[in-house]
This record gives sequence, structure tokens and C-alpha cells, in this order.
Amino acid sequence: MSTVAAALTVERACVELGGRPILREVSFQLAPGEFCGLIGSNGSGKTTLLRAILGFVRLDSGQIRLADGTTAGRLVGYVPQKIALDPGLPLRARDVVALGLDGARLGPALPSRRRAEQVEQMLHAVGAEAFADQRVGLLSGGQQQRVLVAHALVRRPRLLLLDEPLANLDVRSTAEIVALLRRLSREYGAAVLLSAHDMNPLLPAMDRIVYLAHGSAVAGKAEEVVRTEVLSELYGYHVDVVRVHGRVVVVAAEASDQIRAAVARDPVHTASVP
Amino acid sequence: MFAPFMVHAWLLATIVALVSGAIGFFVVARRAAFPAHALPLGAFPGAAAASLLGVNQLLGLAVFCALGVLVISQLQRGERREVASALWLALSLAAGVLLLSLSGVYAQSINGLLFGQVLGVSREQVVSVAVLSVGALGVLALFARPLLLDSLSGELAAAALGRTGRLEWIFLAMLALTTVIAVPVVGALLVFTLMVGPASAARAFTNRPWRALAGSVALSVASVWGAIALAYLTNWPVGLFVGLLGAACYVSGRLRSAGAVAQAG
Amino acid sequence: MLMSVPSNPGFWVNEPVRVALTVGAGAALVCAVVGCATVMRRQAFAGHALADVSSAGGSAAYLLGLNPLLGFLGMAAAVAVVMEWADMREVRERDLLTGVVLGAGLGLTALLLYFDATMGSVSGAAMTVLFGSMFTIPATIVPVALAVAGAALVASAIIYRPLLLSALAADLARAQGLRVRAVTLTHAVTLALAVSLAAMTVGAILATALLIGPAAAALRLARRPFEALVLAALIGLGATWGGIALAYESFYWTPGRGWPVSFFIVILIFVAYLLSSWAATRRGARRGAALYGCEGA
Ligand SMILES: Nc1ncnc2c1ncn2[C@@H]1O[C@H](COP(=O)(O)OP(=O)(O)OP(=O)(O)O)[C@@H](O)[C@H]1O
Ligand SMILES: [Mg+2]
Repeated sequence: MSTVAAALTVERACVELGGRPILREVSFQLAPGEFCGLIGSNGSGKTTLLRAILGFVRLDSGQIRLADGTTAGRLVGYVPQKIALDPGLPLRARDVVALGLDGARLGPALPSRRRAEQVEQMLHAVGAEAFADQRVGLLSGGQQQRVLVAHALVRRPRLLLLDEPLANLDVRSTAEIVALLRRLSREYGAAVLLSAHDMNPLLPAMDRIVYLAHGSAVAGKAEEVVRTEVLSELYGYHVDVVRVHGRVVVVAAEASDQIRAAVARDPVHTASVP
Repeated sequence: MFAPFMVHAWLLATIVALVSGAIGFFVVARRAAFPAHALPLGAFPGAAAASLLGVNQLLGLAVFCALGVLVISQLQRGERREVASALWLALSLAAGVLLLSLSGVYAQSINGLLFGQVLGVSREQVVSVAVLSVGALGVLALFARPLLLDSLSGELAAAALGRTGRLEWIFLAMLALTTVIAVPVVGALLVFTLMVGPASAARAFTNRPWRALAGSVALSVASVWGAIALAYLTNWPVGLFVGLLGAACYVSGRLRSAGAVAQAG
Repeated sequence: MLMSVPSNPGFWVNEPVRVALTVGAGAALVCAVVGCATVMRRQAFAGHALADVSSAGGSAAYLLGLNPLLGFLGMAAAVAVVMEWADMREVRERDLLTGVVLGAGLGLTALLLYFDATMGSVSGAAMTVLFGSMFTIPATIVPVALAVAGAALVASAIIYRPLLLSALAADLARAQGLRVRAVTLTHAVTLALAVSLAAMTVGAILATALLIGPAAAALRLARRPFEALVLAALIGLGATWGGIALAYESFYWTPGRGWPVSFFIVILIFVAYLLSSWAATRRGARRGAALYGCEGA
């Protein structure tokens, strides 16, 4: 055990849904301020793991502990995967961030300069000032994402959970948001656990990686985890970790041969956008 | 209960149940429980007006149904579709209240219109309802697949078929036609139970759409028969049993899907 | 029968009119506030269903000779809690459940009205229950009605922020450690209070208009939740008082017989909704043009 209390400890967490095992003995730990990618393909159990950390899904066995020994509460910020905010709600982006601050309190909010400043500062931090006064349901997917990140962060949580926050973003916004989250996690000392199916945009920023396949996980530093032996053992069959043009691709064995051949034939085609 | 004078009632009720069960499948798929309630109830003042004026009730029903389709489809364009149904219902019932209070009549026949009336059915009524039903079922059969696709995702249907506004129109029109057929029998307040209850149960028992449709029709017919028999035996209003049997269908569906999730895998 | 406009002509000094104005204002205010939350949570159908189903309670009260407000209230609260308890996350499922509960409740109403009619104790109970009659509200009901209205308003104020957050996304509320179920249950009870109050005044069937209409109109125009509340309250109040005044006037249009209050209230609300839709569309078009201009630049 580390000397500093971990921001999040997941120990041998198992979840079954509809009689099917979705998570099997997932274990890892996050230190305060750490930036961690939760990587896995569609259906690997990323959303389920995040919801289990939030306490929305009950564990069948194992344990999940937050820094203060509690489960979900004021110290966890969350941005869900499916965010299509209702255009019929009379809420501005600003109001959504304010609801992140004290939305669980009873009674209407009294006007307060401090509150307004905190909201303003957060809007600025995520670069949402330009659309702060527009109806939130009418914003684009990426804009809503930024507003929700602000909503989650404004309470200064010790742990921030983001489910596929990069899925709606263009290449430039992806880099921007990753850099932003990285910076905010440092500034606020919040551990960030961010799910994605593609690890590449996160590679420069990640302190740790939790790699999920069929509900099992390995965790560690990216260079320790993203290796042919480690991932082959996780998947239970041989996969190759292929590096092409600065991108990491995990592929099943035959597919990896095809990729090598393709790269040899036509390097530009498989090379990704930088 | 099977006396000769009841034959027409049984026939009519069966036809009504067939059509309600079929349209009910689409009501559930398209999440249109509220319109399915608002159209029949909103048409009731039409029938009331017709009986005050001494014209055919079906005509009054039809006119108000058409108005309802028009108003609902226009108002639905806002962000809250369900508001359209609520406003139409309020508007039409307000007109009904005005009619009743100006004429100063509260006839027992209106109670029948609200809560259903299966006795005293004439042969002509059976024939006209049968003709209308065949029409409704034909249109539904014709548009079954586009309607289903549109229920799954309006955007998918729009991509595949071009404009889908017309599908909503067709759906509402068929809902209106079913209303005209069913209101005099089951009553304006309870027609939609016959659509929602059986259809919501049927989809819990199968993943295949057309089987669910068939199941919906079968359950609907069973509900109507059961309701008439119980009403005959107890002498209580038939609407009570239509409502209760619809709820029973729904509960069985809920129980079944809860069980199915637990067993899956 | 629907309204018995008293013979003395002074509108403001007339006792039944004053009662109607007071109770109507209470109902309109509560409905506006609770209605905003209801429309935001897409519960328009549930609100309507509660109103309809509460009529079973009203009929039972007439049958048993109880205070009808108690009947409406008891039934609405019971059904609201059952519906919220059996609630599912998805709106479409909620609408189905609502439909089924409504069907069963209406079946019960049918039975109770049948008893009302066959036992013959109260004539016209069906009409009063379903369509209300503002000018015949007994003055003794005023304190009870105002107390109910006050309770509903206080409860709405208490759950104001949590309910907004839950309407935005239940998962976000849960992530803040909020007990969403407790909040929505409280809302269900305030909804029942609002609906039974409205059912008493404009009648069970038209309570929907008072609950949904002003809120829906306000939500189309408002930019902020609080604006929506104020706007809805103004529309509701205007329509109710306007409706009462018009109904009083109508006594002179068709001599010997006034027009029903609920008719005018609904018409005024509908006009308000059309106007606000029109304004929202115009504003949307302008804003759209502005946005487009920005992007083009
Ligand atoms: N409520 C549920 N009942 C039964 N199975 C479920 C339930 N929720 C999720 N699952 C199953 O659990 C598996 C993991 O789902 P999860 O949503 O966690 O995947 P994911 O990694 O987030 O995928 P994606 O990248 O597509 O978001 C899937 O196979 C899914 O079908
Ligand atoms: Mg997911």
C-alpha cells in the first residue's frame, strides 16, 4: 500500500448482469492527481466498471473504495457516455455548471457572487464561455461535453470519471480536451479515470492505463501493459501490439500480418492523422 | 349471455378488439400511449354533439377525430410531443362542456359513450364497423414495415424513405379510424386500454415483431370477450373489466420480462 | 347546472365569485409551478392521468358523502405514489404504465358513477366530478384548498434544485449522491396535490389544461427555469381570472344561462400556448440566422 491514501481502490471487483459475468476480478488503484485511461473495445465493460465505481451497479463480489472510504457522493464527478441533453429544458450552459456545484441542495439557490464566480471560472477553464448563455440542449455534442466536464469538476471532486468523453470530438478538440483534463487533474489534485476505445490520443497524457478485455483487466504504466505478451494473456489468445507511424494498434495475429503487409505496400493509407 | 340478441354484440366487440390489438402494437412501438388516449376521449364531445343535433354519432366522432389528428400533428412539432395531446384533449373537452351546458342535457347515452355500451347493437352497425375495420387493417398491413422502422428511429426511416411526416399522419389517421370504430362499443375513456395493455404484454413474450403483433391481437380479443362476459354476469359496467383486464395483461408482461432478464444467458 | 351565476350583478362583491377567484388563483399558481417540473420531466401524460384517476376518488367521496377534495386528493396521491414506485427509467415505459393505470382507474370511475346513478343519491355527480363547477364551490373549502396549495408550493420550493438536476440527467444527480427516488416521489405527491386542486375547480378532465398548458407555453419562451416558473404562473393566473370574468359576463350573452368557466379557462390557455409557440419559433429563426452568420464569418 502506498503512504498517501489512494483516490480509488478497486479490488477483485466482479459484476454479473442478466446472468452474464461482465467484470471478472478487476483490480487496480489510482493515486490522487493521477490521469488514467480505461481502454477496451465495445462491450468490454468500461461503462459497467465506471457505474460500479459510482455505486449505480452492485458488485457481486470484491470491493471498491474511495479516498474517504465512502462510495458515491460529493467527491466523485461523472460525465456519462450518452449525453443528449433535452432541448426542451430552459437551462443555459451556465445553469448546468451551477447545478454541478449545488444541485443536490434543497430549496432554490440564493444569488451569490462567490457561486457565480466559481461557475464563471469553470466555464473559462473548459473553454465554454462563448456558449455559456445558450440553451444547453441546443449545443453541439462536443460543446455539451465541455459543459458536462465543467459540471463534474466544479465541485472539485477527488475523483473524476468520464465515460468516452472523446467520442464526440474532432481531432483538435480531442487533443485540447485531453490536455485540459490533464491540467485540471494536476491543478485540482483530482484523479481522472477516462474511458476510451482508442488509447492513442491519451498516450502522451496517461500516467496509468487500465486495459479491459471481456471483463478482465490489467493495469499499470502504459509501456508495461501495452505489450504483446501482457495483452495476449489478457485476451486469452495471441494478439500483437503493432506500432505504426507513432500509433499503437492492438490486433489479432492474422490481422496483424495483414497490417504489416499493408503498411509495407502503402504506408500513407494506414498512417493515422498525427 | 349467448342469447340471439347478444350475437351482434359479440361480433362487434370481436371486430373492435381485432383492430384495437393491431393498432395497439404500433401505439406501443411508437410510444403513443397519450395520443391513443387523447384521440378517443377528445372525440367524445363530437359524439355528444351529434346526439344533441340528432345526426349519426359516428359522423360526430369522425369529425372530431379528424380535428384531433390535425391539431395533434400540428402541435407535435414543438419540443414536447406529449403536450400536443394534452392541449387537444383539453380543447375538445372544453368544447364538449360548453355544448352540454348550453343544451342543458346530460343524457344517459353520454355515460355510455364514455364508458362503453355493448347492448342494443344493430345488424347495420356491425356491417359498417366491419367495412371500416377491413379498411383500417388493410392500411396498417400496407404500411406495417415503414411504420415499424419509423418507430425504431425516425432518422433511419427518413434516410430510407424520404419524408416521414406522412407516416405519423397515417398512424394518427388509423388511430382515429380505430377510435370511430371502437368508441361506441368500449367507450371513449377506455378504448386505449385495449390498445396499450395487450400490446405491451405481447412484446414481453417474443422478440419478433410480427409475433408480437399477432399476440397483441389475440390478447385484445381475449380481453374484450372476458370483459363482456364479466359485465354480463355482474351487471357492472363493461369499462371496469376492460380497464382491469388491460392492467392484468400489462402486469403479466412486466412479470414475464423481469423473469426473462433473470434467466437470460 | 354547471354554473349558477347568482342574480346580484356586482362581480367583486359576489361571494361565489370571490371564492372562485381565490380557489382558482391557488390552483393556477400551484399548477403552474408543479406543471413546469412535470412538463420538463415529460410527465404530461402522468399529470393528465392523475387528474382523470382522481375522479374515481371524487366519485367515491360523493357516494360516501365525504368532502370531495379529500376524495380527489386521496386517490391522486395513492396513484401517484404507486406510479412513481413502479416507475422505470425510460419515458416510453412510463407512458405505458401511466396508460394502464389510467385505464384501471377509469374503469373504477365507471363503476363508482354507476353506483352513484343506481343508488340515485346524488344527481349530476358525474358532471360535477368530471367537469367541475367553480361557482358552486362551498366557501368552507377555501381554507383547506389554500392550505393544500401552500403545502404544494413549499414542497416544490424545497425540491427545486434536485428536481432540475434529475430532469437534466438522473445519473448526474445520482453521481452527486442525491437520492433521486426520494425527490421524484416528493414531486409525485406535489403533482397529486396540484391535480386534485385543479380537479376541484375546473374538473378532473380539464385539470390537464391548467397543469400542462401554462407550463408548456412558458417553457417554450423562458431561458432560465425561474423565468419559466414566473411566466407560467402569470399565464395560469391570467387565464383563470380571465375565464371567471368571461363566464360571469357570458350570463348576459345567452340570457338565463351562463357559459362554463372551464371552457373560457381552457381557451385562454390554448391561445397563450399558440402565442408563445409563435414567439419561440420567430425567436428561434432569428437566433438560427445569427448562429449561421457567426459560423459563416
Ligand atoms: N443492464 C444490463 N443487463 C445485461 N447486460 C448488460 C447490461 N448493461 C450492460 N450489459 C452488457 O455488459 C457488457 C458491457 O457493457 P458496457 O456498457 O460496460 O460496455 P462498454 O465497454 O462501455 O462498451 P462501449 O464501448 O460500447 O460503450 C455488454 O456486453 C452489455 O451487453
Ligand atoms: Mg460504454
